[in-house]
Amino acid sequence: MTKKQKKTLLRILLAGLLLIGAALLPAEGVWKALAFAVPWLVVGWDVLWDALRNILHGQVFDEKFLMALATVGAFAVGEYPEAAAVMLFYQIGEWFQSVAVGRSRKSIAALMDIRPEYAVVLRDGQEQEVDPEEVAVGETILIRPGERVPLDGTVLEGAGSLNTAALTGESMPVDVAPGDRVVSGSINLTGVLQVRAESAYENSTVARILELVENSAEKKARVESFITRFARWYTPCVVLGAALLAFIPPLFVGGWADWIHRALIFLVVSCPCALVVSVPLSFFGGIGGASRAGILIKGANDLETLASVDAVAFDKTGTLTRGVFQVDAVHPRELDPNALLDIAAAAESRSRHPVAESIVAAHGKHIDPSRLGAVTELAGLGLEAVVDGETFSVGNGKLMDRVGADWHECHLPGTVVHIAKGAEYLGHIVINDQLKPDAASAIASLKRLGVKKAVLLTGDRKKVAEAVAEQLGVDEVRAELLPEQKVEEVERLLASGVKLAFVGDGINDAPVLARADLGIAMGAMGSDAAIESADVVLMDDKPSRLSLAVRIARKTMGIVRQNIVLALAVKFAILILGALGYADMWLAVFGDVGVLILAILNAMRCLLPVKETA
Amino acid sequence: MKKTYKLEDLDCANCAAKMEAAINKLDGVKKATVSFMTQKLTLEAEDERFDEVLQAAVKCIAKVEPDCRVILK
Repeated sequence: MTKKQKKTLLRILLAGLLLIGAALLPAEGVWKALAFAVPWLVVGWDVLWDALRNILHGQVFDEKFLMALATVGAFAVGEYPEAAAVMLFYQIGEWFQSVAVGRSRKSIAALMDIRPEYAVVLRDGQEQEVDPEEVAVGETILIRPGERVPLDGTVLEGAGSLNTAALTGESMPVDVAPGDRVVSGSINLTGVLQVRAESAYENSTVARILELVENSAEKKARVESFITRFARWYTPCVVLGAALLAFIPPLFVGGWADWIHRALIFLVVSCPCALVVSVPLSFFGGIGGASRAGILIKGANDLETLASVDAVAFDKTGTLTRGVFQVDAVHPRELDPNALLDIAAAAESRSRHPVAESIVAAHGKHIDPSRLGAVTELAGLGLEAVVDGETFSVGNGKLMDRVGADWHECHLPGTVVHIAKGAEYLGHIVINDQLKPDAASAIASLKRLGVKKAVLLTGDRKKVAEAVAEQLGVDEVRAELLPEQKVEEVERLLASGVKLAFVGDGINDAPVLARADLGIAMGAMGSDAAIESADVVLMDDKPSRLSLAVRIARKTMGIVRQNIVLALAVKFAILILGALGYADMWLAVFGDVGVLILAILNAMRCLLPVKETA
Repeated sequence: MKKTYKLEDLDCANCAAKMEAAINKLDGVKKATVSFMTQKLTLEAEDERFDEVLQAAVKCIAKVEPDCRVILK
């Protein structure tokens, strides 16, 4: 609590005691009024003072002024206890609002506790502890176990495992060794690391994430702007209603005191606070809660869109698949599969092509470099290599045709590497990009959440794309697309009237991310492009986070709606009851402060974690 | 130019909304946000008039909530 909040709390407690005292006093008439005026002034003098000041500034519909007017009016019609109580509860409500928001801001800050406090930098062989902002790119920083990685960089020396939970929501530690990238904000668990700093603090992952979450308040949701506009009209209308109620009916039916009393009830419920606080508080909580799970939502408007998404288009490589090639099958004609793989791996052992690397990786064993003789790379075909003194052709079907080998297509989808010795066909190896283990379940759980359409957009070949689509259970496949054709496909989907999210890995798909209703970038840890162009950033590269993101967004929107309905229903009910003479001051206080507190408590539920799986 | 300032003792969300509306009406302001949640004012205004606009914005804030202070650093 701040100093001001503590002081207000003391005044509230004191006024509460004085109010009880005043109620117990057997005073009558003027003395009774004075007895209740004491707690009223103790708790409300600043409200009265501000009200006066605001009037001089020309702010008529200020809620402080309205509270002052309502309580002075209550004194005037002889409702002394109510007058003091309305002021007391108004202050309790304001106090609660201020404390609750302070608390939730703190807890979100704690969720986002990824800011490194310091960096240990090696300068002239000396360890120096400095502010992360003072470290220059290229300097060597030292990270001991238990310390937070202050800047993005590459490990020079040492090995360890990093906890990236605060960034990705993934609790499994990541092992790093020299040459690996480390991301600022993660925590070193074991081993001392020497890291070359590769970003200045303000460009580091951690600084960008913090900035993004803090700025998310700027991008308001539609419902939020609606409430702000509504609030601007609500108060003047209710005050006008109060004025009419106080002066028009008594002209015809008399009973001034009763009508003024009814009008005062209007004034007490004229503050739209419950709505105005709880809506942004819910969004703030939802965005904060999501960031704990490694889901960065750039604005309240994006959260709103995320909740209503009913079609999702996926990029394939790197999003649903690992983007890493692996040998799926080895189909020799006569040889032992291992022998065929051994020839291919030896032939490809000098190549840096991903396909070649996957064959070497599948072989797994040491390849004696002396086995490999001359290698001729044939662009668009493959290569010819001398292995163990014999010449082999390793490549695609065209290469087989060229050497006159009797080859055939494979029934499996994927990249097929054929091998021939001279004109003798030896067999082929099938290589595929591997599906992420949770890709199929991610799509299934999106479907369970009511997403109507899952579409796969890929530049890959049709056969491969269709095979992947079948395994994943997507509804539509568009294969062999160039990047600009992906944009066209997205536009076609948008034209069909769906709320479309596009999920990509942030590489080469910035235009598509921007064009869809909602761009979701995945596996963004350390990728600036993705953080820039997407509306929602999944720090992790797990597709299953998507359904979690949707569920967090929906829960938040649900709470927002509950609060709007609660506040409006209660306020309008009290207005009607008040106008008809059935509501008293106490009910009005509930309608104001009670609803405010309920709405805040409900909004704070947005901060609670959502279950990982539906 | 776009700058962010911390606000101290910004006590009510409706006040924040009012400040935001008032500041956005000021001449020279491109976009202003007053966030009750982050207790921050983000002001985007023309470069050459920034200080003048900022002073006017501070006045707007004081008018709506006299206790609220803008931390200018």
